[in-house]
Amino acid sequence: MFDKLLDFVPSIPIAEKTEVVTDWLTSTFSFLFDPLKEHFGNFMEFTTNALLAVPPVIIIVIVALLAFFITGKKLGLAVFSIVGLWLIYNQGFWEHLISTFTLVLIASVLSVVIGVPVGILMSKSKIAEAIITPILDFMQTMPAFVYLIPAVAFFGIGMVPGIFASLIFATPPTVRFTNLGIRQVSQELVEASEAFGSTGSQKLFKVELPMAKATIMAGINQTVMLALSMVVIASMIGAPGLGREVLSSLQRAQVGTGFVAGIGIVILAIIIDRFTQHVNTKNN
Amino acid sequence: MPVIEVKNLSKVFGRNTRQTLKLLDEGLSKSEILEQTGNTVGVNRASFSVDAGEIFVIMGLSGSGKSTLIRLVNRLIEPTEGNIYIDGDDLSKMDKKSLRKVRREKLSMVFQKFALFPHRTILENAEYGLEIQNVPKEERQKKAKDALEMVGLGGYLHQAPGQLSGGMQQRVGLARALANDPEVLLMDEAFSALDPLIRKEMQDELIDLQASMKKTILFITHDLDEALRLGDRIALMKDGSIVQIGTPEEILVKPANDYVEKFVEDVDRSKILTAQHIMKRPETVNIDRHGPRVALERMRAEGISSILVVDSQRNLKGYVTADDALDARNQDIRDLNEILKTDIIRVNKDKAMNDIFNIIHDSTTPVAVVEDEKLLGIIVRGAVIAGLAGEGEVNLDV
Ligand SMILES: Nc1ncnc2c1ncn2[C@@H]1O[C@H](COP(=O)(O)OP(=O)(O)OP(=O)(O)O)[C@@H](O)[C@H]1O
Ligand SMILES: [Mg+2]
Repeated sequence: MFDKLLDFVPSIPIAEKTEVVTDWLTSTFSFLFDPLKEHFGNFMEFTTNALLAVPPVIIIVIVALLAFFITGKKLGLAVFSIVGLWLIYNQGFWEHLISTFTLVLIASVLSVVIGVPVGILMSKSKIAEAIITPILDFMQTMPAFVYLIPAVAFFGIGMVPGIFASLIFATPPTVRFTNLGIRQVSQELVEASEAFGSTGSQKLFKVELPMAKATIMAGINQTVMLALSMVVIASMIGAPGLGREVLSSLQRAQVGTGFVAGIGIVILAIIIDRFTQHVNTKNN
Repeated sequence: MPVIEVKNLSKVFGRNTRQTLKLLDEGLSKSEILEQTGNTVGVNRASFSVDAGEIFVIMGLSGSGKSTLIRLVNRLIEPTEGNIYIDGDDLSKMDKKSLRKVRREKLSMVFQKFALFPHRTILENAEYGLEIQNVPKEERQKKAKDALEMVGLGGYLHQAPGQLSGGMQQRVGLARALANDPEVLLMDEAFSALDPLIRKEMQDELIDLQASMKKTILFITHDLDEALRLGDRIALMKDGSIVQIGTPEEILVKPANDYVEKFVEDVDRSKILTAQHIMKRPETVNIDRHGPRVALERMRAEGISSILVVDSQRNLKGYVTADDALDARNQDIRDLNEILKTDIIRVNKDKAMNDIFNIIHDSTTPVAVVEDEKLLGIIVRGAVIAGLAGEGEVNLDV
């Protein structure tokens, strides 16, 4: 009897409709997706190859030096970088490391380039905030795997759909924190800047953004970490790198290889995290 | 033509603010309106005008609408109704661009909590107003430096605001406001966040600066003493309305209504002021160490005709005159005791000013302020009169 009540509307075809929409998007915008995939793919390959052309020793030294100066001339992170990166090299995962790094780098840069302006827009307009907030919630709570499906539909397999999926997954913190950071700037400072006759963009660039910098950087740090985690997941759709090693070990039940590749990801994560954090505290 | 003219200016916070204005017309009070509509009356039909070079003080209790009113004058807050004229141009009707121009060229603001930009150095803070007008770097740095020199902060150009004390930070706030040489200074409780001693120092400094700058200043305070010290004219606000405008004299002598009277009755100054409030730092010589030559030299340096004499414990011994000291020097007398005069009037530091007034009236020599035997200060006749009038060097913070 009560089941009848629930059944009174036949099953709504959300899944089917989503597919129809995705198909339509794929075919309609293929003129956009295809060249995007090609050029972007080439660009990423180029970046990876360029990084691979540099001898690993030099990269390790550069990272260690940067770590030393960025942490205020402390040895901890520098030593960790040397040992960690050397270990990855020693295990024969250098190439994968570079692929993963390229993916994370490009995904993060894109996330920031998109996220900060959207965050600014949100902070300036109540309407924009009301519209964007639920979208961000949606983007973040949807299981990350789901993004792989349209990514493949639009871009096939490889690096580019990996980037696409990680963009959707990793951008929200940057947007949120930019919005928050700007809204947190004290009313009196905003008034001061207006009282002297600042234009909107002068207020933004000379007062609000500099004041919000620490908060925005915290968001970017989160974005980078999310991008890294997504890049691992994206190996399922053929994105190269450490994630792929984990995945293939899983498929072949090679515990050892999987563990080592996993350690590689952890090392990369720690280095990236400390770097972004220290850039932040240094600016305070 | 007045520099600032405010006509019938109102601000209601909330929804349907125009309708709320009608309720005000019907004579409802601020609290009744809040109860009925949920709207807050910030400013209610304020009208006043400020002439060039005048310090116009707006005074009132917390929540009376002072901050709202001053922010209406540069339109940081949009008026619900009424007009603001700056040099005859109606600010309330201006588009954004003209409004910016007026803010850049004519109006500068100083904030209660300083509102310095923490990510900029002192110099960069002072430059801000010029920087956003795209004044070339060298020129704007020069002007900013001049402004900082003017408030005595020439040596702190590259410090961060957080490294400075409150008083110094507010000097930077003042320098930032002065750097683009505005006609009008808007000061919203600019000295309220400072401790009393620094506060008085800043008031003095503003008065000094004003003597040479001749800006038109709109100054907000909730402190009657500050209002009396600074204001050429004072407006008293209550619940968003201006209840009286007048010179300090008029406000004190002819309060327009009970509210004003209450506000000012606490300051029967002659009752609350005592000797220590109006005393000055005395010039002294030490009888144990100094002779007539030193005494003479000090008097010459300070341009005075007599000087107080104390011992090493700062106990007051008396005074010597310049004539006597000169004679003593010529006769090669080394000891001050030989020319010491002891007929000096002493008053205790807690003596009320009313009483001092009578004493000093009949005295030809200055009056010494003591605690037990120790010399604390000296009172000259002018200070008593100025103190009674609420002007001049009154150390209310002792
Ligand atoms: N943005 C706002 N929204 C709603 N009400 C406001 C707003 N700003 C001020 N008010 C109200 O307007 C009235 C006047 O406030 P205002 O800040 O002008 O007072 P004030 O005289 O400056 O007080 P204080 O001495 O505490 O600074 C108060 O009742 C206040 O609650
Ligand atoms: Mg206020």
